[in-house]
Amino acid sequence: MPEVLTAPLTVEFPFTRSLGPVQSAFLTGLRERVVLGVRTGDGRVLVPPVEYDPVTADEIRDLVEVAPTGTVTTWAWNHAPRRGQPLDTPFAWVLVRLDGADTALLHALDAPGPDAVHTGMRVRVRWAASREGAITDIACFEPYDGEQQQPGGHSGEFADAITGIVTPARLDYTYSPGRAQTAYLRALADRRTMGERCPSCRKVYVPPRGACPTCGVATTEQVEVGPAGTVTTFCIVNIKARNLDIEVPYVYAHIALDGAGLALHGRIGGIPYDQVRMGLRVEPVWTEGARHPDHYRPNGEPDAEYDTYKELL
Amino acid sequence: MSKEPVAVVGIGQTKHMAARRDVSIAGLVREAARAALDDAELTWAAVDAVVIGKAPDFFEGVMMPELYLADALGAVGKPMLRVHTAGSVGGSTALVAANLIAARVHGTVLTLAFEKQSESNAMWGLSLPIPFQQPLLAGAGGFFAPHVRAYMRRTGAPDHIGSLVAYKDRRNALKNPYAHLHEHDITLEKVRSSPMLWDPIRYSETCPSSDGACAMVLTDRAGAARAPRPPAWMLGGAMRSEPTLFAGKDFVSPRAGKDCAADVYRQAQIADPRRDIDAVEMYVPFSWYEPMWLENLGFADEGEGWKLTESGVTELDGDLPVNMSGGVLSTNPIGASGMIRFAEAALQVRGQAGEHQVDGARRVLGHAYGGGSQFFSMWLVGSERPNA
Repeated sequence: MPEVLTAPLTVEFPFTRSLGPVQSAFLTGLRERVVLGVRTGDGRVLVPPVEYDPVTADEIRDLVEVAPTGTVTTWAWNHAPRRGQPLDTPFAWVLVRLDGADTALLHALDAPGPDAVHTGMRVRVRWAASREGAITDIACFEPYDGEQQQPGGHSGEFADAITGIVTPARLDYTYSPGRAQTAYLRALADRRTMGERCPSCRKVYVPPRGACPTCGVATTEQVEVGPAGTVTTFCIVNIKARNLDIEVPYVYAHIALDGAGLALHGRIGGIPYDQVRMGLRVEPVWTEGARHPDHYRPNGEPDAEYDTYKELL
Repeated sequence: MSKEPVAVVGIGQTKHMAARRDVSIAGLVREAARAALDDAELTWAAVDAVVIGKAPDFFEGVMMPELYLADALGAVGKPMLRVHTAGSVGGSTALVAANLIAARVHGTVLTLAFEKQSESNAMWGLSLPIPFQQPLLAGAGGFFAPHVRAYMRRTGAPDHIGSLVAYKDRRNALKNPYAHLHEHDITLEKVRSSPMLWDPIRYSETCPSSDGACAMVLTDRAGAARAPRPPAWMLGGAMRSEPTLFAGKDFVSPRAGKDCAADVYRQAQIADPRRDIDAVEMYVPFSWYEPMWLENLGFADEGEGWKLTESGVTELDGDLPVNMSGGVLSTNPIGASGMIRFAEAALQVRGQAGEHQVDGARRVLGHAYGGGSQFFSMWLVGSERPNA
């Protein structure tokens, strides 16, 4: 079997978050070097704080300052920190129960090696030099053998409170289009469009997916379709896409290539946008080095009769 | 053993708007859930399970948000389920909750759906840059606009039908205090002269982006007997799906939609939906989908749906009002939009719809669809308990 294509796919977006009253106080507190928890109906202090009581479901707003010192309740060594993690040298992921809290907070502990970390060890917050109201305002925790520090009794009321944050998210994949699409893409390099025929319903899938979604059977018989096709339907796009270098207006069309069992999508050119019509006969226009046809243009044939393509709409 | 009849005894919505910057996602869902419990005059303790739905995690970038929302929804120590069927999810979520009661697994279930579009990017979430593929050329409107053109060609519908739907729905929204868009100065001329975005779809014929949540309390006969206000009874409910693209797919009137409606009508013993159903809340994100779904759901013969719209049958005071609440065209927190349709249908048969109440509404259909017209969910609710 020929080699299947792969390529990196990175999905990245800066999400915004509205914090609501409790997270707003917690993150603003970190900016001011104050760690806040919230008191539940049964008197426990949860750090980090939540908006609703996990036992009674009541709204809880009784914010309580806890100490920047605490005890490791459990941990795991991270040998190879990844992009975006709190430290770029090996560190311990730790759950820390801060003095005055009943629950533990997840963060990083800066320690020389796993032998220097144990459950029950005392640690304290190492504040980031520059703070903006984010969990990263705690740069990390560090071992601490001094006195238990006392919380300041902060009420959780702040001037200039942070109400929203931006949290960048990023996912890195290795994408593979699979066996059938790889064959399709390889044929496109020779400017041929290859579909696959379903052995059961005989429909030709373009692009092929390796299986017929109607019959649920594998498709293997290669069938060349086109190059000419029929515009089955279309719209005229009048809004410019941010990341697309196409002048508006342009025509986005469904094109049933001759011999294909369903239409594929493409842009129509070589004709004024307001003269494009259903049934228009078109052919692909290739540009040097491109993987796909740049667009489709009229091929001069008379329009197809509606009855010949209405089942492909 | 027959199924347990399912009653809607509590309904809550947030005031839908472009951005709810004052609340977290937890705060948003809490508002709707609290309102539904208040309507049912129940406490968190009365709820046996929570069933929640929203659109893809990519939209807000919170992975499995149901885990973090358990506190806000009083779900600690109870079963909590997440449902996901793209835009139809609000409807499917309600049906999963209803099935738990019909099967006598639980007595009372809180069901809820939400989207915080201001903190999400649906356009981005739906058009990831897949390697080796040409970039999507047109966005959501561009995906659906060619199907609208196909509908117009197939039926000979005149150009102005889409504008009539938008004008109606935006006027209906003025009577619904929870609707996002309240365009007090709306005129048909304004709709018809709004910019053509994806010809044949105009700007005013598209839905807004909203932050919002919708919740319902569903219960059994015993729960309904204790309810302070009249319940809505589920007379039938069904879901169907089909692939996004396949050879022979009918995008104008998908087979899965027809089959789903037929299943609901069979359960509810509806012989003629046009005669036997009083009003419809259907999922119309682009105005032309009203006549398209009227045909798909069997309210009109193929090619005749636009005539119901044109003749005023679907107006609030018409013979078959459609989207009395203002519909998706006036309010679109994507994940919640389907549940809002289901909840608005229930409000109508409970007589609780306020200014957009249809007098004497006894049987009302709630409808949702999602993805590339591939997921469908529907329920028919009535003012009378079904014979079980």
